[in-house]
Amino acid sequence: MDIIVCVKQVPGTSQVEIDPVTGVLKRDGVASKLNPYDLFALEAAFRIQEQAGGTVRTLSMGPDQAISSLLETVYMGAGSGVLLSDRRFAGSDVHATSYVIQSVVRQMGHFDLVICGKQTTDGDTAQVGPEMAEMLGIEHAANVLSIDEVDEAGITVTLNLDDVLQTQRMAFPCLITIEKDANTPRLPSYRRMKERGKDMITVYSAGDLDAVDESRCGLKGSPTQVERIFPPEKNRDKELLEGTPQELQAALAALLRSRKLI
Amino acid sequence: MYKTVTASDLEFLRVAASPDRVLTGTEISEDYSHDELAGVKHMPEVLVKVASTEEVSAIMRYANEHRIPVVVRGSGTGLVGAAVAIYGGIMLETTGMNQILELDEDNLTVAVQPGVLLIDLAAYAEKNNFLYPPDPGEKSATIGGNISTNAGGMRAVKYGVTRDFVRALTVVLPSGDVVKLGGKVVKNSSGYSLLHLMVGSEGTLGVITEATLKLLPLPEVSISMLVPFQTIRAAIEAVPAIIKSQASLTAIEFFERETVLFAEDYLGKKFPDTSYPAYLLLTVDGNDRSGVEAELFRVADLCMAQGAPDAFLVDTDERKESVWKARGAFLEAIKASTTEMDEADVVVPRDKVAEFIIYTHEIARQLKLRIPSFGHAGDGNLHVYVCRDNLDEENWRSLLAEAFRLMYDRAAQLCGLVSGEHGIGYVKKPYLLASLDAAQIELMRGIKKVFDPNDILNPGKLF
Repeated sequence: MDIIVCVKQVPGTSQVEIDPVTGVLKRDGVASKLNPYDLFALEAAFRIQEQAGGTVRTLSMGPDQAISSLLETVYMGAGSGVLLSDRRFAGSDVHATSYVIQSVVRQMGHFDLVICGKQTTDGDTAQVGPEMAEMLGIEHAANVLSIDEVDEAGITVTLNLDDVLQTQRMAFPCLITIEKDANTPRLPSYRRMKERGKDMITVYSAGDLDAVDESRCGLKGSPTQVERIFPPEKNRDKELLEGTPQELQAALAALLRSRKLI
Repeated sequence: MYKTVTASDLEFLRVAASPDRVLTGTEISEDYSHDELAGVKHMPEVLVKVASTEEVSAIMRYANEHRIPVVVRGSGTGLVGAAVAIYGGIMLETTGMNQILELDEDNLTVAVQPGVLLIDLAAYAEKNNFLYPPDPGEKSATIGGNISTNAGGMRAVKYGVTRDFVRALTVVLPSGDVVKLGGKVVKNSSGYSLLHLMVGSEGTLGVITEATLKLLPLPEVSISMLVPFQTIRAAIEAVPAIIKSQASLTAIEFFERETVLFAEDYLGKKFPDTSYPAYLLLTVDGNDRSGVEAELFRVADLCMAQGAPDAFLVDTDERKESVWKARGAFLEAIKASTTEMDEADVVVPRDKVAEFIIYTHEIARQLKLRIPSFGHAGDGNLHVYVCRDNLDEENWRSLLAEAFRLMYDRAAQLCGLVSGEHGIGYVKKPYLLASLDAAQIELMRGIKKVFDPNDILNPGKLF
């Protein structure tokens, strides 16, 4: 069983500055941490590995300082990590990020399963995992709550579709994203930290990738154009609608219409 | 003896406070008859939800004149029956006096009313970039209660206990007189410290109606480490070496897997690691991340040299939450695991912790009781719980008494004391009396008499 876990380094606090010109996160000088959602993905991978054997490798895209997050995955239990770091990839939106990362996945040799966190705490889109899977042409399931069965041919998972839980069987290779609190992630091991160094992490630049179309990477490869980023207005007014999805739909439409919002 | 509360007394209380804050009979919830743990129960005759120093003063003056017993209660999270109205009378509840009155950034102090909850004070301090270091597991306790028991908590190793953070108190004496003890001063050699006499006096000397507390600048970095061990003995025996290494630790907690499993059940949430029989949980704080890490890694190396198979980093908010939330729930979790329990909160010299805990295991085997424990290995304060499980009343009472006798005897042999932070209250009186010499008890009784000649304030407690 060969697993690749995609992770991201995110700002360590919610006090994040955004470049007013490019709309890109200012990462310099800001303490960083491993995206908390990715911890559940890592734990899911380690548990599958404990049961089925094989390897867990981690993969991230980001500046050089993201090596520390990949090392953290190694201290938690990953065998090795790959960092994709090149200014040409900077400013990638969801689409460009998915394109670049799946290009690396293709180059990482055999894999059965790709696991991602449900979303990141900085981007919050929850789209990169499924979009990568589409580009890789493999089956995928998002918001996975539990891994019910793993065998040589595939995996059975239960996913959270809000109103219902769905159990889904997929053949390898496939991709899953793990729901928050699906497990309790293990802690990084100091013993592993002492035993394993930076040589566990391979850093790739654009030139190391076999078949990547640079026009599809970075800001220029991103169809999303950020016009403006601003903190949301804080509004404590709250109205709670209750009922079935159909009733809620009607009630919400009526509410919006009455306020001339639609 | 004491006077029973009459209609005219109620009339007075309704005028002194306000009618809606004076409760009697079935208006008083059964909760007010006991605290969180101690087996002792008794209802007050009247419950007054007090709102000001002036109110408390008027009530105390009246009660003193009429010889009506008065007991002060905060959130009722005590564990030794200190806030139980064993003689009935008037109960003054302080939780309505829950305002944070002043943050003095020039003197690094915060003034609070006694009913402010620890959890609220800690959050308020942090929001303003300060640390209020005392950190008992029970975060819903009031500050008044914390001062009255001299609560300690998990950061005592580095910062000390509640006493070390009390700068001034406004106290209503049993006579009704109001005194202001201490001040916003850092040093004080001005006569006997009545301030410190009040701290830890368990509501027997006066009613605290305002407290000025010392704050520290909030450390920028705080990292914990969960260190597993193959036996509880190995875990606790590593502690003297850690202390001797002069490591600057904020917390050194120990616990066993069994306790963690109870906490998992209680919280409905898994702990990050339960594969080892015992753990130490260590914290280092400071302002420089690399310095904090270096100190923590030095201790991790020391633990591994002492036989710890690994050490796990608890370095992010999410990881701290997953570990410390469980630690904070241990008492409740053990309570939920049994039908009834009682606790010994002994404190022993730090190099005797292992010996004492191993002895509690012997008692458990000998008496066929379940006696889980956890505690502050770094300061020698242990929380040992004797669980009733399926025992019938008679067996439970006699085995509990025997277990306690053995434990307190051993604590005394090890030069320990009856209570580290929960106090004596009502239920631990025999053990205090047995552990201190007669001269000390007489001095305490004399002090009580000076403050409260009619013995109306929290009578029947401590000794």
